[in-house]
Amino acid sequence: MRKAIFWIVAILILAGLQMQLAGWIGAYYYKIVVLAGINIILAVSLNLINGVTGQFSIGHAGFYAIGAYTSASFVHFGESSIRGAVAFLPRFGQDTVLLLLGILVAATAAGIAGVAVGIPSLRLRGDYLAIVTLGFGEITRVLILNIDAIGGARGFSDIPPLSNFFFFWVFLFVLVTVTTIHNLVNSSYGRAFISIRDDEIAAEAMGVDTTRFKVLSFVISSMFAGIGGSLFGHYTAYLNPNTFTFVTSFYLIIMIVVGGLGSIGGSILGAVLVTVILEAFRSLSEFRLVGFSILLVLVMLYRPQGLMGSRGMFKFRRKAAVAK
Amino acid sequence: MGLLDIRDCTKKFGGLVAVRNLNMSLAPGSLYGLIGPNGAGKTTVFNLITGVYTPDQGSIELDGKAIHKKKPSSIARLGMSRTFQNIRLFKSMTVLENVKLARHMKRKQSLFDAVTRTKLLKDEERQIEHDATELLKIFHLDSRAGELASNLPYGAQRRLEIARALATDPKVLLLDEPAAGMNPQESIELMGLIRTVRDRFQLTVLLVEHNMKVVMGICERIQVIDYGETIALGSPKEIQDDPRVIEAYLGGA
Amino acid sequence: MITFLQQLINGISQGSAYALIALGYTMVYGVLRLINFAHSDVYMFGAFMGYYIANNRTFQERMGTSLFSAMAVMLLAMVLSAGLGITIERFAYRPGRTKTRFTLAFWLGVLGAAFGDLLGHSLAAVIGGALLGIAVGVVGELAGFLPVQQDTRLGLLIIAIGVSLFLENGGQLVFGADPKFFPEILPTKSLNIGPLNIDSPKLIVLGVSIVLMILLNIVVNYTKTGKAMRAVSFNLDAAKLMGINTDRIIAATFAMGSALAAAGGILVSLLYPKIEPLMGVNPGLKAFVAAVLGGIGNIPGAMVGGLVLGFAEVMAVWLGSSTYRDAIAFIVLILILLFKPEGIMGKGMVEKV
Repeated sequence: MRKAIFWIVAILILAGLQMQLAGWIGAYYYKIVVLAGINIILAVSLNLINGVTGQFSIGHAGFYAIGAYTSASFVHFGESSIRGAVAFLPRFGQDTVLLLLGILVAATAAGIAGVAVGIPSLRLRGDYLAIVTLGFGEITRVLILNIDAIGGARGFSDIPPLSNFFFFWVFLFVLVTVTTIHNLVNSSYGRAFISIRDDEIAAEAMGVDTTRFKVLSFVISSMFAGIGGSLFGHYTAYLNPNTFTFVTSFYLIIMIVVGGLGSIGGSILGAVLVTVILEAFRSLSEFRLVGFSILLVLVMLYRPQGLMGSRGMFKFRRKAAVAK
Repeated sequence: MGLLDIRDCTKKFGGLVAVRNLNMSLAPGSLYGLIGPNGAGKTTVFNLITGVYTPDQGSIELDGKAIHKKKPSSIARLGMSRTFQNIRLFKSMTVLENVKLARHMKRKQSLFDAVTRTKLLKDEERQIEHDATELLKIFHLDSRAGELASNLPYGAQRRLEIARALATDPKVLLLDEPAAGMNPQESIELMGLIRTVRDRFQLTVLLVEHNMKVVMGICERIQVIDYGETIALGSPKEIQDDPRVIEAYLGGA
Repeated sequence: MITFLQQLINGISQGSAYALIALGYTMVYGVLRLINFAHSDVYMFGAFMGYYIANNRTFQERMGTSLFSAMAVMLLAMVLSAGLGITIERFAYRPGRTKTRFTLAFWLGVLGAAFGDLLGHSLAAVIGGALLGIAVGVVGELAGFLPVQQDTRLGLLIIAIGVSLFLENGGQLVFGADPKFFPEILPTKSLNIGPLNIDSPKLIVLGVSIVLMILLNIVVNYTKTGKAMRAVSFNLDAAKLMGINTDRIIAATFAMGSALAAAGGILVSLLYPKIEPLMGVNPGLKAFVAAVLGGIGNIPGAMVGGLVLGFAEVMAVWLGSSTYRDAIAFIVLILILLFKPEGIMGKGMVEKV
């Protein structure tokens, strides 16, 4: 019951904000807020693999891209049939159905990709895994570049917009992502993921099927990245492979590292910080990135646990204290 | 046939034969010691039993089931648990969380339960917390439940590792040099702890140890290996008097 | 048949360029178990250094255009790049191992210089900013702000990524993002060897690469430094205990790898004169794949891997589509990692169990 109330209140708040936000802060900042929200989804999901489970994944842009392009293609090519199937709904309802289906398709496709990338993770040690994930990201981008049906190098621009309420949708899914991963981390599954990060051999000896769980972390993570991609594509109504390079993957890594690997709150903070910094200093192009990269190096050298440390706001240590 | 049987196991690493035609049989409920000079192959035997290594030849059975081809988590599921020579606690977790993790195999919660926080999940989490805390009480670690495992003093860390291993509800407990780094007082306490734990949880315990006081003090049966082969097998008294054992440890004349 | 041989030559010359860069990756991985993402940018730096030296009036007057002057360009660029490599190691990677002093001063100095340029647009502003940054850094270190040891490999990897981004964007800032054209420091002749028609740059690339690889082999296998390098790649701690100054050896490794990358950068610029600050990204990734293909940490492996990959790419473009050229490297990579992660020639080092 409490859960239902939480979600209803959340939806109401988000809807309310959606109505007013653009009026309050203007279109430019509204866009930054929405993009920050998408980055939060991406960062929190990436954190599950790298921060919580301790695997090296630096190709998250690949899952992001898969989500974006599958959703966009699905809606683009399937629009008429689906609209036909739900013709009894008002236009607004049809749009929502299309959007949600697109998100679902994106999550599924990205999840399957997650399995494909997760399987090699079983055999490969840290650095090698990082390279495979990087390679995956790049191959995805090159493949997309070569598929003309979805625009290739010119980009995919026939994406139906489906909504004017992207703040609502994005932050609704931000909430879904954060609560899902938070709940996951505070369960038996979460402990299993963390045990793999801390000591894989001991985890295995204590009955954790590390194989299964490593793949699981990839799948869950990639699904959410796919959702982020879907929302991104429909929000910007234009997709270009250049958005999904390994530089994007690196930015996501920066977000979770600066925030604190393993900390969900840290990933949120990192995502917001990096989005804002990237946007705010957009006019200062090269300096922005020079300063950024130096900051990254300094954070890693002087405070590798990031701003919020590896346990962050959602300290499950507190729960243990309560047990006394 | 014992609870744990090793039959004619051989394990090679390149040209080095770490373990050669090894046989071992653990009777249920026994306290069994595995000793031998450094490099004799004791940890290799442990790793073979727990599935970290696969024997090149021979077989290993737990309660009649062949386990030598299984992976460690499956073997753990069948009732085997262990501690490590170089303590392997989960450093970022608290004392309590380390033990809670070991209850993982017993879980009924599904992914869905975890993500949506169903009643099943909440009840199970409460149960896990309770079970883990009870276990910590036995090891006098409950007062430190919320501390980071890595902050514990050495002796407490060893105790925690044993507590964690017990949380998996094992039938067989493998202890890899549990007395390492302990002073005489701590060793005596450890001996008492191992005996108590064996009795209370109805375990079969296999112990690898260098501390002879501990070995001779609690083991009912001792197997001595050197260069990967068994050189003696018997009661503590028999082992202490065995000339081959003495020679292996002290070298020939 | 003739075109096949022609393509073979193309493949080998492309491959030797990859091999030179790959050697740097593999050597650094050998001693530090680190994938030095910044390595590809040292390649770029080398090419740019060559560009500025070759275009320098004084240099041109003194040296003219000849084989000798071309070699001088390359050698100077190699030395400067070796310096860059040592600097990177000293201020980005070594702090992760030991508490090195002046790390903060260095980075804040650079940040300050960038800020100075941003705000003042003059040399004085840059220098002023740099000095201010260095001062703050020194104060910070005196106040106890010292680097933390990296216990995870991911941490070092992220630092490497950071350095790479820094060099790429710094390059755009300092050199300008627009492409430049490497001057012709050697006349291009079209040679006819038997039925084949080969451009002299390709032969030069091949020849110089071979010479450099032979030199490297001599250093690694027949000198004390080389022996020390091999020892460090087996076991850093043991090497330290044997009295080897591991910090110095690691610095030497970086220096050598960077010099080779710079040579690669200049050789490639002979073939493809267009240079720009992001030119290292693509070849760097491919050279890395080459290193993994040959067996990361394995020096002959890097050479073999480079040649194989160069050849595979050229073949793929010749037989198939050029748009998938870049994908070849990654497909090779994934196949190798899935089926034979030790690479063609296996690991150069013993893996600690």
